[in-house]
Amino acid sequence: MSEEKNLIEGRTGKWEIILGLEVHAQVISEAKLFSGASTTFGADPNSQVSLVDAAFPGMLPVINKRCVEQAVRTGLGLKAEINLKSVFDRKNYFYADLPAGYQISQYTQPIVGKGTITLDMPDGSKRHVGITRLHLEQDAGKSLHDQHPTKSYIDLNRSGIALMEIVSEPDMRSAEEAAAYLKKLRSILRYLGTCDGNMEEGSMRCDVNVSVRKLGDPLGTRCEIKNVNSIRYVQQAIEYEARRQVEIIEDGGTIRQETRLYDPGKGETRSMRSKEHAHDYRYFPDPDLLPLVLDPNWVSEIKATLPELPDEKRARFVSQYGLSDYDAGVLVGEKETAEYYEAVAKGRDAKLAANWVSSELFGQLNKAGKWITDSPVSAEALGGLIDLIADNTISGRIAKDVFAAMFETGKPAKQIVEEKGLRQVTDTGAIDAAIDDIMAKNADKVAEYRGGKDKLLGFFVGQVMKATGGKANPALLNERLKAKLAG
Amino acid sequence: MSLDSKTVAHIAMLARIKVPEAELPALAKELSGIMTWIEQLNEVDTTGVEPMAGVLHRNLPQREDKVTDGGYADRILLNAPDAAHGFFTVPKVVE
Repeated sequence: MSEEKNLIEGRTGKWEIILGLEVHAQVISEAKLFSGASTTFGADPNSQVSLVDAAFPGMLPVINKRCVEQAVRTGLGLKAEINLKSVFDRKNYFYADLPAGYQISQYTQPIVGKGTITLDMPDGSKRHVGITRLHLEQDAGKSLHDQHPTKSYIDLNRSGIALMEIVSEPDMRSAEEAAAYLKKLRSILRYLGTCDGNMEEGSMRCDVNVSVRKLGDPLGTRCEIKNVNSIRYVQQAIEYEARRQVEIIEDGGTIRQETRLYDPGKGETRSMRSKEHAHDYRYFPDPDLLPLVLDPNWVSEIKATLPELPDEKRARFVSQYGLSDYDAGVLVGEKETAEYYEAVAKGRDAKLAANWVSSELFGQLNKAGKWITDSPVSAEALGGLIDLIADNTISGRIAKDVFAAMFETGKPAKQIVEEKGLRQVTDTGAIDAAIDDIMAKNADKVAEYRGGKDKLLGFFVGQVMKATGGKANPALLNERLKAKLAG
Repeated sequence: MSLDSKTVAHIAMLARIKVPEAELPALAKELSGIMTWIEQLNEVDTTGVEPMAGVLHRNLPQREDKVTDGGYADRILLNAPDAAHGFFTVPKVVE
């Protein structure tokens, strides 16, 4: 059931969007699914192609054990059923970058069955999206259409690389939920180390099935939007496509089931006419490959090596470090961030550490366009800064300036504090002297304060802070100031 | 099973085989004959027999995840009807 805000307001009433996603996730492995050629991205064209990948006559596929393990690991991470027996089929179609004329895939008996992903929505609520299946298949080669006026160029380096096709149930009801699904799936895949989730390099690609219906009606006819390559484009494509369908139906038309393409430049989807006949794939079991039978003990061994996944880590951060569910969610999104945080929090104030990582560090990283693994401030260095706050060497306010300097120069906090003379003044005598000086210069305001104008306290705090170059210990300053003002 | 001309035209299109309209009826008759011959298999009683994807009673052989192949783009392209800058080239197939 959709929330009110997710419904589309049409001329004839409100419409619900029904979304299912098919994600192609490139398996992390050294060699391809059925050949010994390398999977490294960005090599010279056709330099990572074996005779199997180029479909030379008589070549036979031999399955890569690690790719099978990665699929099982992903299935376990999605809390899905692992099918101990699965079968590889041929999916037949003609395209210039598919030299065999068929793709080896899995059809009726995939390696992984039903599972679930829990989405964390921005408003703090949770949604459960069913996983229908996950199957292993070969990737196709890559066609370049912009290199020559009348020819397409074909590079088979990608041909035969292992993909996991992860199919969701039509359980999503808004572009926002689809985005949350992709983010969560990517996070799980990265935690598992089974796919790097890099949408720009195409190692994670998404097909979106979109249909609309009036609330309570049966499912409408869907259109499939192929190969959308960023989460933002997925959201835009859904918004556009759902409105397009509503308009057609409200104008008295019907939706034709078809494959469409999203054009990010124009912000619209359009029909891929050449794919109209392509749906007759004539699947049949690949006679070159026997059924894949897994040893249940091997599956248990893989299960025993699963890392702590985002949902569990989040729950642990809440219970172990006393963080809010939201803050914990921000920290566990990426495995590297969670590791960084735990290194900072170790032996320190965990909530303070969480604040520093998710506000100051993330802020600076975003501004600099850097990833946490390239952070100029290591977890150890940030820990060092927090230690200086904890032992009253510097105030929290000064610490922000110190952090900015650390981020810029890569120097440790202690060195910056010494070099810039930022050590906090905790000497009562020095603070008292500064207070006396300010009070003497503002005798009128002192009188007003004593006459009941309490709000002036802020003015005095500010003045003394300024006089000490921001270095006065705030707690001590407040305490001494109140005492002196009280007369 | 009897195949009509329309079905044969569809199969030919899927296989990218160009068949002149006039030859379709004859092909339909031939293919129907082949299908009828294969359908003799239906006479075997397979009640209670699990469908098989292969006839060998052994497990799928598996390979270690090691790079053992590739690195010979020149050989891969040797039989290509047309190639340029290390790519296969084909008539433009863009949408």
